[in-house]
Amino acid sequence: MATLDINRVRKAYGNLEVLKEVNISVGDGEFLVLLGPSGCGKSTLLNIIAGLEDITGGEVLIGNRVVNDLPPKDRDIAMVFQSYALYPTMTVRQNIEFGMKIRGIPAEERAKATNAAAEMLQMTGLLDRKPSQLSGGQRQRVAMGRAIVRHPDLFLFDEPLSNLDAKLRVDMRTEIKRLHQRLGTTIVYVTHDQIEAMTLATKVAVMKGGVVQHFGPPQEVYDRPANTYVARFVGSPAMNIIPGWLLASDGVPTVAFDTPQGEAVVRGVPLSAETAHRFAGRDVLVGIRPEHFGLDPSGTVPVGVDVVEPTGPDTLIVFAAGGTEVVARLEPFDAQVGRQERFSVKAEKVVLFDPATETRLD
Amino acid sequence: MTDISQSAAVPGTAPQRPAATLSARLARWLPRLVMAPSFLVVLIGVYLFIAWTLWISLSSSAMLPRYDFVGLEQYVRLWNTPRWHTAVINLFLFTGLFLAVTIALGLLMAILLDQNIRAEGVLRTVYLYPMALSFIVTGTAWKWVLNPELGVEKVVQSWGWDTFAFDWITRPETAIYCVVIAAVWQSTGFAMAIFLAGLRGIDSSIIKAAQIEGASLPRIYASIIVPLLRPAFLSVIVLLSYISIKSFDLVLALTNAGPGGSTEMPSTFMFAYTFQRNQMGVGAASAIMMLMTVAAIIIPYLYSELREDTHGH
Ligand SMILES: Nc1ncnc2c1ncn2[C@@H]1O[C@H](COP(=O)(O)OP(=O)(O)OP(=O)(O)O)[C@@H](O)[C@H]1O
Ligand SMILES: [Mg+2]
Repeated sequence: MATLDINRVRKAYGNLEVLKEVNISVGDGEFLVLLGPSGCGKSTLLNIIAGLEDITGGEVLIGNRVVNDLPPKDRDIAMVFQSYALYPTMTVRQNIEFGMKIRGIPAEERAKATNAAAEMLQMTGLLDRKPSQLSGGQRQRVAMGRAIVRHPDLFLFDEPLSNLDAKLRVDMRTEIKRLHQRLGTTIVYVTHDQIEAMTLATKVAVMKGGVVQHFGPPQEVYDRPANTYVARFVGSPAMNIIPGWLLASDGVPTVAFDTPQGEAVVRGVPLSAETAHRFAGRDVLVGIRPEHFGLDPSGTVPVGVDVVEPTGPDTLIVFAAGGTEVVARLEPFDAQVGRQERFSVKAEKVVLFDPATETRLD
Repeated sequence: MTDISQSAAVPGTAPQRPAATLSARLARWLPRLVMAPSFLVVLIGVYLFIAWTLWISLSSSAMLPRYDFVGLEQYVRLWNTPRWHTAVINLFLFTGLFLAVTIALGLLMAILLDQNIRAEGVLRTVYLYPMALSFIVTGTAWKWVLNPELGVEKVVQSWGWDTFAFDWITRPETAIYCVVIAAVWQSTGFAMAIFLAGLRGIDSSIIKAAQIEGASLPRIYASIIVPLLRPAFLSVIVLLSYISIKSFDLVLALTNAGPGGSTEMPSTFMFAYTFQRNQMGVGAASAIMMLMTVAAIIIPYLYSELREDTHGH
C-alpha cells in the first residue's frame, strides 16, 4: 500500500506534447480514476506511473520514493490491461503463477496464492484452461487474479471493462469495488466512462488534451466542476450551460437568463461577495444540472415544453433558454408538448462560469 | 417469368436482353475458359507424369522406357546402390543443418530487427534480397567465394595470414557443409521475414505485462514470444524442408555432386541415373522415394493448416 504523487509530469513524443504539467496526489488506499476522452493521455500517464514509458519532465513518487529511474518490476505495481494481456500459450494457472515463478517463490506457496486468488474471483474451475477458451469476463478475472497474487503497493487498471458488454461491465465494476474494499490497496484506474469514474473513485482526475482539468473527489467534480468542459463531461444528461447575466448585486447573488416565454431569474446562487461585485451586470454562463429543476407553479423559470422523454423513474423535459436547449429531469407528471409550465431551480446547486475563460466562478 | 414478359413489353429494353444474356453466359464461362489451359497443363505436366514415373519405377526400363512390370526390383536395386546411401545421408545431414542454422539465424535477425532499430526497411530488403536470386546464381557465386584459389582463403592469405586454410569445398568430407553455407545464405532472409511478421502480430501489452512481473528480455522471448511463434515455425520448417529435398540446382552449380560424389543428393542422383547413366528405372524409383518424403511432410502440414481454417482463423 502506498501513496502516489505525480509532480509536474510532462511527456512529449518528439514535438507532440501529450502530457503538460500533470499534478496529482493521492493518499494510501485511495481509488484514483483518470477520466477523459480518447487520446487525452490517460494511458500515457498510467504507463509513466508503471515505468513502461519514460518521462520527459517532472517526477513520480510511489510511497514517497521517486521512481523515475526504477524499472517497472522494481516499482511494486501490478497492472491490468485493456486487452487483458494474458499469455496465450499458458493455462490460467501458469498465467497467474508466471510472475511468482520469476520472483523465485516456491511451488507450494505459488499454488496456495493461486488457489486463494481463484477462490476470491470465483474461477477455481477455470485454472486448467487456456485464455482462448475463456469468455471476456473470465479473461478479465484472470488478469485481475494475476495482479492480486503480486500483493502490489499499487494497482494500475487501463480501461479494464471497455471490452465487456453492458451487463457484465456493471457486474465487474461492483467486483472491482469489492476488491478495493477488501484489499485496501491504492488503485489507479483509467476509463472514459464517467459513470465508472463516479461509482468507483475516491478521487477523479478529469483530463483533456494532456491537461488535468479537475482533480478532486467525485462528488465535488459533479457538484462544483472546475470548468464547462468538466461540467459537460461528467453527468448524464450533461449539465446545462445557459448564457445569462449576473444582476447588479443587492447582497443576494442573482442570475437571469432569457427564455422565449420571458426572463428567468434565480436568486441566491453560491458566489462570493467579491466575485459578485466584480461580475455585477456582466454576462455569465449559468450551469444547472437537469435534476435541479422542479415543477413549481410559482417557479421563476417560464418554460415552453419542446420535447417530453419519459424514462420510467423520471421524465426529461427539453425546452429552450438562453439560445440553447436545456434538459430538465423531473418526477413523472402529465407533460404535454407545447404547453407552458413554470420550473423552480435549486439555487444553491447552480454553478457559474466565466464566459471568457469558461472556468468556474466562486 | 414476369420479368421477361415485362421487359419484352417495354420498347427499347427488348434489344438489350439478348446482349445481357450473352455477357452473362460469357461471365459464367470465362473463368472456366481461362482456367482450362492451366488446369490441363497441371493435369498432364504434374499428375500424368507422376503416374508415368510410378509406372517406369515398376518396370525394367534402362536407357529407354519399357512398359513391362517387374515389381519392386528397381527399388531393391536403388537401395543396394552405395551412391544412393550417400545421397540419403547427405539429405538428412544437409536438411538438419540447413534447417537448424537458417531458423536460428532467421529468428535472431527477426528479434534484432523487432527492437525498433533504424533503417529497418533497408535492412529487411538487404536480407531478403538473396531470396530473389536463383539457386544457380547463388551456387555459382559461392563456388567462387569458397574456391581456395579465388575466394576467402586467397583473400585472407593475401592479408598476410599465410597458413590460413579454408578449402572445405575441395574435400569430400566437408564439401556438403559448403552446400549448407550457400543454402543458409540464400534462405535466412526468408525465414527472418516470416518470423518478423509473426513477432509484429504479438500484442505489445503482453510483453509489457511480463516486464512488470519482472521477466528479463531473454525470459520473455523464451517463455512467451517464441511459443507464440509456433505457426511461423511450422511454416518455415515445412517450406525449408521442401526446399532442401528438391535442392538440385544449388548442388549442381556449386559442386556438381562432387568431389567424388560426396555431395550427391537424391535430386542429383535421380537426374544422373535417369538421364546420364541409362538406368531410368532406378532414377524413377528414386524420384518416387523423394515424392513420398515430400508428401510425408506436406500432407500433415496442409491438413493442420486447413483444419485451423475451418476453426475460423
Ligand atoms: N508512441 C507514440 N508516439 C507518438 N504519439 C503517441 C504515442 N503513443 C501515444 N501517442 C499520442 O499520445 C496521445 C495520448 O495517447 P494515450 O494512449 O495516452 O490516449 P488515451 O487517453 O489512453 O486514449 P484511449 O482512451 O483511446 O486509450 C494520443 O494523441 C496519441 O496519438
Ligand atoms: Mg488508452
